[in-house]
This record gives sequence, C-alpha cells and structure tokens, in this order.
Amino acid sequence: MNENVFIENLLIYAVIPLIKIVVIVLVLSGAIAYLTLLERKLIAHIQVRLGPMRVGWHGLLQPIADGLKFLLKEDIVPAKADALIFTIAPAISLIPAFLVFAVVPFGPPDMLQDFLGWTLGWFPFLNLDEATTERIAQNAIASGGYVTDINIAVLFVLSVSSVGILGIILGGWASNSKYPLLGALRSTAQMVSYEVALGFAIIGVLLVAGSLSLVEIVQNQQQEQLWYIFVQPLAFVLFFICGLAETNRLPFDLPEAETELVGGFHTEYSGFRFSLFFLAEYANMIAVSAIGVVLFWGGWLRPFPSFEWLNFLNFIPGVVWFLGKVFLFLYVFIWVRGTLPRFRFDQLMQYGWKIFLPVAMANVIVTAGVILAFL
Amino acid sequence: MLASYVPIVIFILVALSLPVVGLVVGRLIRPYKPHATKLMAYECGVDPEGDARDRFSIRFYIIAILFVVFEVETIFLFPWAIIYRRLALFGFIEMLVFLGILIVGYFYVWKKGALEWV
Repeated sequence: MNENVFIENLLIYAVIPLIKIVVIVLVLSGAIAYLTLLERKLIAHIQVRLGPMRVGWHGLLQPIADGLKFLLKEDIVPAKADALIFTIAPAISLIPAFLVFAVVPFGPPDMLQDFLGWTLGWFPFLNLDEATTERIAQNAIASGGYVTDINIAVLFVLSVSSVGILGIILGGWASNSKYPLLGALRSTAQMVSYEVALGFAIIGVLLVAGSLSLVEIVQNQQQEQLWYIFVQPLAFVLFFICGLAETNRLPFDLPEAETELVGGFHTEYSGFRFSLFFLAEYANMIAVSAIGVVLFWGGWLRPFPSFEWLNFLNFIPGVVWFLGKVFLFLYVFIWVRGTLPRFRFDQLMQYGWKIFLPVAMANVIVTAGVILAFL
Repeated sequence: MLASYVPIVIFILVALSLPVVGLVVGRLIRPYKPHATKLMAYECGVDPEGDARDRFSIRFYIIAILFVVFEVETIFLFPWAIIYRRLALFGFIEMLVFLGILIVGYFYVWKKGALEWV
C-alpha cells in the first residue's frame, strides 16, 4: 500500500511534471529560435526589405543555421575578464527567464485529464489500479495545463525575473571592459526603475482578482465572465510599457544602444555564451507576454465568454487561445520595435519615476476606492 | 502544499542542463585559437586605455537605494491587495496612511533632485 502511495506521488509531483518541463523547455527553445526569424522578417517587411531568404524557403531554416553557428564559433574569454563570473553570468540570466514558465498556466486545470487516464494504462509495470489512475488523472498538478500551481505565483514570477538582472550586471562587470560595464549599469538602473511601476500596476489587478495564483486569477476571470483588461485598462498600459522596459526592447533598448554602447553588456561575449543571453532576452519577452495574457487577457479563456452564440468556439482547446494571445503580444512587441525610435536615457528614467510610478500608485488608490464603493 | 514546489526544483535542474550541455558540447567541437589581440577588451579597435574597474556616476547608487525603498513598499502591498475585500474600509484607510507616508517621501526625493538624470 505504502509503495503504491509513493509511486502515485512520484508520478504526480515528479515524473509527469518532468515530462511537461522537458516539453516546455524544448518547445520554448524552438519558439525562441523562430521568434528571431519572425522578428527579422517582420522588421524587414516593415522597412520594405525581404529579410533572410537564402537558408530554406523564405529563410525558414535560418534559425537552425544560426544555432549551429553559435555552437561552432570560437568562444572568447577576454584576458582581463573574471573568467568564472564571465562563464556563469549567462546561465544566471537564462535560468530565471525559463523558470517563469514553471507557473504559467497554458491551459485549464483539467487539460490533460482524459489524456492521462488513457496513457497511464500503457505502462503495466507501474501496476496502477483503476482508482489510482483516476486519482492521478484528477490531480490538478498532474493533469493541469501547467507545470505547477503555487499560491504565490505572481510573487514568484516577480522575484525570479529580478534574478535575471543579476546575470546582466555580473556579465557586464566581469567583462572588465568599458562598454559592457556602462551597458550593465544602464540596464540595471532601467530595469529596477520600471520594476517598481510594474509592481504597482500588478497590484491593481490583484485587488480585483484577490489571488496570487495565476491559475486562480484566470478562473476568477472565468467566473466573473470578464477579462481584467476591461476593469484595469490603465494597469495594462503600464504593464505593457514596463514590460517593454523590463525586457530591454525598443524603445527602451538603451542597454544595447548600438550607436553609443556597441553591444551593451554583452559586447565581450561571443559564440554560445552570447546565444545564452540572446535566448534569455527572448524568453523574457515570451514570459512577459504570457504573464500579461494571464493577468489581463483571460489566459486560456475564449473571447467574449458571456456571449452564448459564440459557444461553438468552445471546441478549440484553451491552450490554443492562450498561445494565440501570446503570439499577438509578441507581434505587437516586434511591431513597436519597427515603429518607434529609441528614448534618451534621461528621458527614460524620468518617464519611469515621474510619470509611470505616480500614475500606477494613483491607479491602485482609485481601484481600491472603487472596490470599496461597490463592496 | 509544499509538494507543489517539487516541479519547480526539477525545472531549475532541467533549465540548468541547457547551458551546461551547450557549453560542454560546444567545447568539444568549436575551435580554440587564442591570440593576444583577440583576448583584448573591445574599445573600437584601439588598445584599451586603463582598466574598466573605475568609478561611475553616483546616480546609479541613488536609483538603487530608491529601488530598494519602493520595492519593499510594493511587497507590503501584495498581501494587502489579496485580502482587501475582507479588510474593506479599515484596509483602505490603512493603505492611504501607508501610501501617504511613501508619497511624502517620494515628493521629498523629487524636490531634492534625485530623480533628475542630467
């Protein structure tokens, strides 16, 4: 009996999550590779160019060629650099960027229920009786469209993504070169400044949602038949702008401003280590999009859940809606890059501290007041 | 409840394997031909002047200190936001007092010019 319970828990909390994690990490790496191609193609077409055309049909194999080149290129560690920190900094940047996806709900808690009940029978050596199979399939951690559901997910996302900044500043400092140091300092100053406004913007949603679990936040939107973008539009605008700043995207890509800082914090990086920073940046972009979709755009929910004549849309699984919304976000990210010029650094800091922060604070107070009035 | 954190630990290990495997595999197949010029810090093709371990603008420190203050304030607001509906009027007034003190400090910082970059 005890052994059975052990196997059951092992399956629920280790084996099934491990499979999901491997799938997510692989899909994410592929998605990032093709996101770079999408970006190059979109920017090219915005500027009336063609973009990559040579490798594969319309450049479709370009990301694979790029990946191979990253792996095969010589990896230079500058003689004056701090070799140990120089080596681990890209990993410190990359791991948190991926780790955010541990709590992102891609689909509803019962997404894999039927699938699990069906596939667990394939492994006779596990000796699972029907009741155990049923229990595993019913368990939200095993069958949910997410790796895990913790009750402090929002805090987890914020704190984990802050660790990514450490990778950037350590990498810039360890290079022992002037451009990377300046880039890292700018990057840190920018990210910490916008993180404050980002935190306040998220509090606005939390006041409405009343939960820190990302799964529960989506479920609350389902119950209220309302996406939080409609009750917290200002918070969303702040979230999106701060998201651009947090991911160092244009118009906030000061840390990598080519015309003044060469490559910013990764000037001295080459080969595979550079590609790790690159992966981290794009993973962060996808993570911000995913969190934005969960907090404001109803996660895996279909549009207009209250319109019954749209019920025929229910056959599309939640995860498709989720990924579609994330894709729209990423499209806008790239679109913004193709449209807006870069800010000056003093403007950037002033916007962050003098406009976004007070507006976000006012949003929290007004939201709290309105909720109080309707309580 | 703590068991739901086990997948996160597994995730850290899987994510860690990505750079480790990449760097190890890369080391086996990529060329390694160091050269004094190649290993020099990049300074637009000119020989680097001095060391990069230098002093930098005080403003970065001020931003760091402000960040710590404001970020801690936000963290305090998270639990408040979650149980706000139960706290109701009491919670609202408490929060106004709390944010009021923060806003006084914010204007002090603004008037002192700590938010000016130039």
